[in-house]
Amino acid sequence: MKHAEASIKNIKKALAEMWVLVEGQVDKAGLALLENNKDYANEVISREKMVNSYELVIDRECENFFALLTPVAVDLRLILSVVKINNNLERIGDFAEGISRFIAEGRLDKITPAMKEELRLEQMFIEVSDMLSLCKHALANEDPVVAGKVFAKDNLVDEINISSLELITKYIKTDTDILPDALILTSAIRRIERIGDRCSNIAEDIVFYVEAKVLKHIHKKEE
Amino acid sequence: MINISAKNVDFYYGDFHALKNINLDIEKNSVTAFIGPSGCGKSTFLRLLNRMNDLIDGSKLMGDIVIDGENIYGRQTEVVELRKKVGMVFQKPNPFPKSIFENVAYGLRVNGIRDSKFIEQRVEESLKGAALWDEVKDKLKKSAFELSGGQQQRLCIARTMAVSQQIILMDEPASALDPISTSKVEDLIYELKRDYTIVIVTHNMQQAARVSDKTAFFYLGELVEYDNTDKIFTAPSKEATQNYVTGRFG
Repeated sequence: MKHAEASIKNIKKALAEMWVLVEGQVDKAGLALLENNKDYANEVISREKMVNSYELVIDRECENFFALLTPVAVDLRLILSVVKINNNLERIGDFAEGISRFIAEGRLDKITPAMKEELRLEQMFIEVSDMLSLCKHALANEDPVVAGKVFAKDNLVDEINISSLELITKYIKTDTDILPDALILTSAIRRIERIGDRCSNIAEDIVFYVEAKVLKHIHKKEE
Repeated sequence: MINISAKNVDFYYGDFHALKNINLDIEKNSVTAFIGPSGCGKSTFLRLLNRMNDLIDGSKLMGDIVIDGENIYGRQTEVVELRKKVGMVFQKPNPFPKSIFENVAYGLRVNGIRDSKFIEQRVEESLKGAALWDEVKDKLKKSAFELSGGQQQRLCIARTMAVSQQIILMDEPASALDPISTSKVEDLIYELKRDYTIVIVTHNMQQAARVSDKTAFFYLGELVEYDNTDKIFTAPSKEATQNYVTGRFG
């Protein structure tokens, strides 16, 4: 195996491990929010440092690749994409941790299961979890078609996020005591929506890597 | 504006089919890099551009190579006149055993120029153009062999510039130079394209990426891909090109 191929294999391996970790973080943060489970929330918070460590390792591997192997063509596109995917995964980890902190600190205790159901929070988490999984498979199989499926799901997550504002306003009008928790909930939902955005970015990076096409700033709803 | 145009070019060394149906247009005031593994035909093609293969026994050219609208293999083309337009710089610096000044003046004298003021002016212009003047202006009468390898190569470029007015061909011009001298030659190539069309053969992928506007990838005598250099090094169209530039060839 050539030096470049061995380095690429190592980088992909580290990224795949980070991916599994971040998927777990998102799933656990979802359960923590849906069940108001502080144990799950604390698990996510304690594992966040591992996500950060992976980010640093992959960053260093990519820097070395640029400096020592001066990649071009498909190798250049791969390493550029990995740098960005790495950053996006780390941010997704941050969002999962942020949601978990709200639960761990009891700042969403007044949000009832009925509200969560009406707000479609479970569906939101299922969608972003699917998006993360689709991206992982798209990268592993170098499949831009699978990556493309992420964009439609992101539109759905955006729609749930927008509709949540009206519902939360209704809850506040009904019971002003829940105002602080309702505002925190808005922030938590916003974080889930941002996870979806980051997955879309990752899907764009995968398409760039595989097909050398730039999808940035294209309005995906119009596609 | 097209400066050099190859149309359906085939070239043979005896029975060996060295170049196969090459079609290529090179724009004026651009740098074009030819890349490919050893024996792919890139140097053969470069040498065709100023008829350096003419004297090889058993060689045969088919097709046309047109420079500024003139078929350089046409019966009316004078090789001496062609080489006033199209100069060549080789892999190893090959200064003449003469002074620095005489190395640059040599081509002018051979071409019958006797006006010493004109020769002095042209030598100075050429040495300045080759970014060597400041380093040698006080020792023009010293032997060219006293210069470093990098300076000798820039002297050879100045020698070419003194005579050749339009096109400079370079066959691995920096492969025998250290990194600093290589960098100076590459900077010079960048400067020269304001006034010259440059075609360079190189085995150094990074050099091709750094200096050229367009890159042509040759393999087994065929022109596999010819495109903008940034395209070749970020998203080549052909798998063979990708395998070559990423070092996965073979």
